[in-house]
Amino acid sequence: MEHQSLYQYLLSLGDNALILGQRLGELCGHGPSLETDIACTNIALDLLGQTRSCFQYASKQLDGKTEDDVAFLRKENEYTNVLLVEQPNNDFAFVITRQYFFDVYQLMLMEWLSANSADETIKAIANKAVKEARYHRRFSSDWMLRLGDGTEESHQRLLDAVEALWPYTQEFFVPSEAEAWAASAGIGPDLTSFKAAYYNDVEALLEQATVPVPENPYFQKGGKQGRHTEHMGYLLADLQYMQRTYPNMTW
Amino acid sequence: MTIKLHPNIEADLLPILETVPDPEIPVLTVLDLGVIREAVRTADGVHIKLTPTYTGCPAMDVIGDDLKSAFASQGITATIELILAPAWSTDWISEAGREKMREYGIAPPLSESADKAALLGDQRLVPCTICKSTNTKMISQFGSTACKALFQCMDCQEPFDYFKCLK
Repeated sequence: MEHQSLYQYLLSLGDNALILGQRLGELCGHGPSLETDIACTNIALDLLGQTRSCFQYASKQLDGKTEDDVAFLRKENEYTNVLLVEQPNNDFAFVITRQYFFDVYQLMLMEWLSANSADETIKAIANKAVKEARYHRRFSSDWMLRLGDGTEESHQRLLDAVEALWPYTQEFFVPSEAEAWAASAGIGPDLTSFKAAYYNDVEALLEQATVPVPENPYFQKGGKQGRHTEHMGYLLADLQYMQRTYPNMTW
Repeated sequence: MTIKLHPNIEADLLPILETVPDPEIPVLTVLDLGVIREAVRTADGVHIKLTPTYTGCPAMDVIGDDLKSAFASQGITATIELILAPAWSTDWISEAGREKMREYGIAPPLSESADKAALLGDQRLVPCTICKSTNTKMISQFGSTACKALFQCMDCQEPFDYFKCLK
């Protein structure tokens, strides 16, 4: 039972990084400029690295599973990432806003895990990831400001992206069963306690970026329970293509 | 916590380890980079503990394979274990490694505070690898690999990689 719970918790950590990494990877060779293209794919690489660490550890919790099984051979409703990270790239303002909304949360989470997790392996993973998360947040914050406080066009695009993605931000703070288990075992944080600090940070940056905080009181959730948006199926079709077409292939 | 540059590596294994380069920065050996945390003889051969620079560094799998073949060429079977703690730091790059990096055209990491000032505070501190001028500025926070940022010298105009400080 404990193995199963730990497995599920590791999935929740790894899935967010995997799916966002996949989205960012789509920009490889398609970024708006060379520097941003390289930045997005570098961030994707860090996220895939974090995913691998989580999935290698997860696969040890269940007999006979490998990290590739965990990454590639689950069905859509078995992925537990939040809805935010599977949202499509649309334009660069969407990419940056999605990244920023994620980075603020991810940094808080990794800081907590690296300092407090009762699980030594998760602590070690977070200890590496926290430095990467800090750098990512710096990058996405900078671009939020440049786009928001930039030209009329960039301002409008950021405004649209913030409006569209805002409803996906609260899901972070509604713990899944696995996250509640981790909190009670001292392995993970009580996510509800992150909420106030998260919105403080985000709202302060939006103000600096001259973008009003959306007033929409309706929030979307369900990703943690495997209920995804329509975009997820297409993303997985790409992500899983090789393993589905050539079962058990290795590099 | 202080960590030795070459912790727990049996002396007679050093010559073999020295032949294994970093696949991304081939002038550096895995010892220069400080990613080998342990290399000891066992009943069946050699056991090596390797730590990644960045979690997603694609060079890690290659380094593992290269280590195995370097030992295999001496008739020794090597097993590789990837360890995450303690987390790798640029402090583990040897002095010789820093010098080789500079000659290769990559500016080695500055101290933590100088690194922050150069990357975040827009201060001109990273010396150009060609003309040594510190009149340089950051062009891109991310460079050709996860561990580097892209800089340009304002005096000789050359762009160059800077190996970011990681602690």
